[in-house]
Amino acid sequence: MKCFSRYLPYLFRPPSTILSSTCHTEADIISTVEFNSTGELLATGDKGGRVVVFQREQESKTQPHRRGEYNVYSTFQSHEPEFDYLKSLEIEEKINKIKWLPQQNAAYFLLSTNDKTVKLWKISERDKRPEGYNLKDEDGRFRDPSTITSLRVPVLQPMDLMVEATARRVFSNAHTYHINSISVNSDLQTFISTDDLRVNLWNLEITDRSFNIVDIKPANMEELTEVITSAEFHPQQCHTFAYSSSKGSIRLCDMRQAALCDKHCKYFEEPEDPSTRSFFSEIISSISDVKFSHNGRYLMTRDYLTVKVWDLQMENKPLETYQVHDYLRGKLCSLYENDCIFDKFECVWNGSDSVIMTGSYNNFFRMFDRNTKRDVTLEASRENSKPRAILKPRKVCVGGKRRKDEISVDSLDFSKKILHTTWHPHENIIAVAATNNLYIFQDKVN
Amino acid sequence: MFPKGTKRKFSDSGEEPVCSGDQGPSASPAAARTLSSSYSLQRQSLLDMSLIKLQLCHMLVEPNLCRSVLIANTVRQIQEEMTQDGTWQIMTQALAAAQCPADRLVATEVLCRQTDAAAQAGQSPKPFPVSGLEEGYHSEEVVMDGDVEAEVTMSSLSPVSPQLSSASYLPGPFGMAPCWEEEEEDGDCEEDEEEDSEESVSEEEESEPDHLRADSRTGEQVFGTFEIKHPAPPPDPALEELFSDVDPSYYDLDTVLTGMQSTPKMGPYDLLESLSSHAPTALSSSSSCRSDLNELDHIMEIIVGS
Repeated sequence: MKCFSRYLPYLFRPPSTILSSTCHTEADIISTVEFNSTGELLATGDKGGRVVVFQREQESKTQPHRRGEYNVYSTFQSHEPEFDYLKSLEIEEKINKIKWLPQQNAAYFLLSTNDKTVKLWKISERDKRPEGYNLKDEDGRFRDPSTITSLRVPVLQPMDLMVEATARRVFSNAHTYHINSISVNSDLQTFISTDDLRVNLWNLEITDRSFNIVDIKPANMEELTEVITSAEFHPQQCHTFAYSSSKGSIRLCDMRQAALCDKHCKYFEEPEDPSTRSFFSEIISSISDVKFSHNGRYLMTRDYLTVKVWDLQMENKPLETYQVHDYLRGKLCSLYENDCIFDKFECVWNGSDSVIMTGSYNNFFRMFDRNTKRDVTLEASRENSKPRAILKPRKVCVGGKRRKDEISVDSLDFSKKILHTTWHPHENIIAVAATNNLYIFQDKVN
Repeated sequence: MFPKGTKRKFSDSGEEPVCSGDQGPSASPAAARTLSSSYSLQRQSLLDMSLIKLQLCHMLVEPNLCRSVLIANTVRQIQEEMTQDGTWQIMTQALAAAQCPADRLVATEVLCRQTDAAAQAGQSPKPFPVSGLEEGYHSEEVVMDGDVEAEVTMSSLSPVSPQLSSASYLPGPFGMAPCWEEEEEDGDCEEDEEEDSEESVSEEEESEPDHLRADSRTGEQVFGTFEIKHPAPPPDPALEELFSDVDPSYYDLDTVLTGMQSTPKMGPYDLLESLSSHAPTALSSSSSCRSDLNELDHIMEIIVGS
C-alpha cells in the first residue's frame, strides 16, 4: 500500500512523576489520545489525571525536516483523585476521554472526563503583560499613594509565551456509574456524557443541569444483562446519536422523537454465527468503541476480535468486517483468565474515511484500507523504530512454520496493548499510545 | 454419573480446550448429549473462574460494571447449560448428600439474597426474596425439587482457608451492586437452546454468626458468594493451581472492607480486630498482615482527607 510505505516515528514519553508510592509509572499510562479538529493540537490524558497537549511545529524554511513535529504545548492536572464518602470508594482520576471543541477564537477548548466528572478546559496563550502600574511596583509591591507625583498609562509589553489552562466548567454529579465516553454535538452547544446505563445531554454553558436521554437501567438491577459501552453524536445531524452495548448491538436515536430516547430509530446487530458459538461469544461481541465516519454515512464498531463498518441504511449486518487478530480465537479461555478479553480497544477513521485503524497486543496496531482491501500490521516500539526510519510491517504466524520475521502467537506480549489511537483529521499522521509512551507517525510521500 | 446421550461434537478433542470455542452446533437436543469428562471439567473450571472473578473486585475503586455484567452472563450461560444437561441437579444432590455444613465449600448462586434472621438460623429449602432495598425487590418463582436442599456447593474448588464472606461488590446506595437473576422468568435468554425448563435454583447462604457478615448482607445484593468454611478433603490440583497465587490475606481485606462499607461506625481498630478474629487460619505471615495494615492506613488517610 503506497500510502503507508513510509512512516517517520516520533517518540515522546512524558516525564514520569511519582504520584503514588506503589507504582510510580502507573500514573503515566496514557488513557486517551485525541487530535483537535484542525490537527494542530494533540491531547493525551493519562491515568494520573493529567492532560498533555502537543502542538505541531510550524513549517520553517531553515529546518524543513522539523515540519510536522509535535512538541509539548501545555500540561495540566485535569482531575484529582476523589473519595466518594457515601460509598466508601475511590473515584479514579484517570482521564477516560478527551474531546476537543472546534476553535472559535484564539483560545482552545477541550472536554476531559474521568469516571464521574466532565470538565471544560480553556487553553490560552499569554505573550504580553501590562507594565507601568501606578499603584504597584514592578515587583508587585504596593506604592504609597502619597509618593506618587505623576500618572502613567500601563503598557503591554511582550513576555515569554505562557500557555495556561483554566477549568471553565465542571459538569459533575450526573453519573452514578462510570463515564465511558463524551461527544460534542455538531451544534457546538451541547454534548453527551455516557456511563454504563445512562446517556446525559448537557449544554456547555450550564453545569447544574443535564438531561437524561437514554436510561437502560432496569427497575430491578437483578435483571441487568446489558450495559452501554460507548456513544457518539452524528457528525452532521445534531439530533442523531448512536450508542453501543455490551451485547454487540448499536442503536441510533433521534432526539426529536421524544425527550427520552429509549426507543431507537435504528438497531444494528449482526446475527450470531452458530458455528463459532462458545461461552465467550457474548464477551467478544461486546462493542468497545463506536465511531461515525467523517461523512456521516457509516458507523464503525470495534469488538474484541473484529472491526466492522456499518452502513447507516442497513441494520441487519455490517457492510464490512475486518479481522484484527483472529488468531486469538483459540486462546479466549486464557484471555478470559487474565482479563485481557475485557480490554477495550478503540478504532479510528482517517480523514477521508478510506482507511480504518485499531490497536492490538504486542504493541501492534492494524490498518485496513477499505478500497483496496489490504491491511497492514505495524508495531509501536522503540526497539523497532528509529527516528525517521520506515516502519516495517509485522506478521503474526498462526501455525506451522514460523518465518524469520514473523512472531508466533505464543510470544505475543499481552501486557503491551494499544488501546488508544487517533488519526489527524486531514493528513496521514497518527498518534498511538503504547502504555506510557506516545508514538506519532507520519507519512512522508515524496 | 453423567446423563447419557450422543457425544457432543469436538468434546473429545484433548488438545484444544473446549471452552475456547470449538463447540459443536448447539442445536442437538439436551437429552441426546453426552458430556465428556474433559468438557465438563473445562466448563466447571470456567464457572469457578468466573465466580472468582466476580468475587475479587477491586476494593478501593468501584468495580467495572460492564465486566461484571459480562462475567455474570457467562456464569448464567454455563448454569443454564448445566441445568439442561442435568449436571446441575446432580451436583446439587451430591453435595447435599455430603451434609456436614462445616466441612464444605459452599458457593451460593444468588437470585435473591435473604437476610431474614430466620433464614440465617438454619438451612431451609425455600427461596427468599431479597431484602427491601431502594430498588425494590423481586420475588421470583422458583422451581425447587422437593427434597433437595437449596444449596449448591462447588466441591471441586480448592478452598482457601480464610473465610470469605459475602460481597462480590461493595454496594452503593443506588443499588450499584447488581444481583443477577439466574434465569429470566419469561425465558428471554438468548443462549437457551430448545430447552425451556426454567429451573432456577435459589440458594441461601450458610448461617454465619459473624456480625460483619450479617451487616454486610443488609442493603446489598450479591452474586455468587463463596463461603469457605473448612478445607474440603480432596483438593483438585488443577484448581489449586488456580488459587496458588491468590494471597489469602486479600480475602480478609475483602471482609474487612465489606464490613467497613456496611458498618461505617466501626473505626479502623475495630476492623483490625475483626480482621484477626474473622480469619482464624489466615495471616500466617506477618508480612501479609503488614500489607493489610498499610492498605487500611491508606484507606483511612483517604477518609480523613489527608
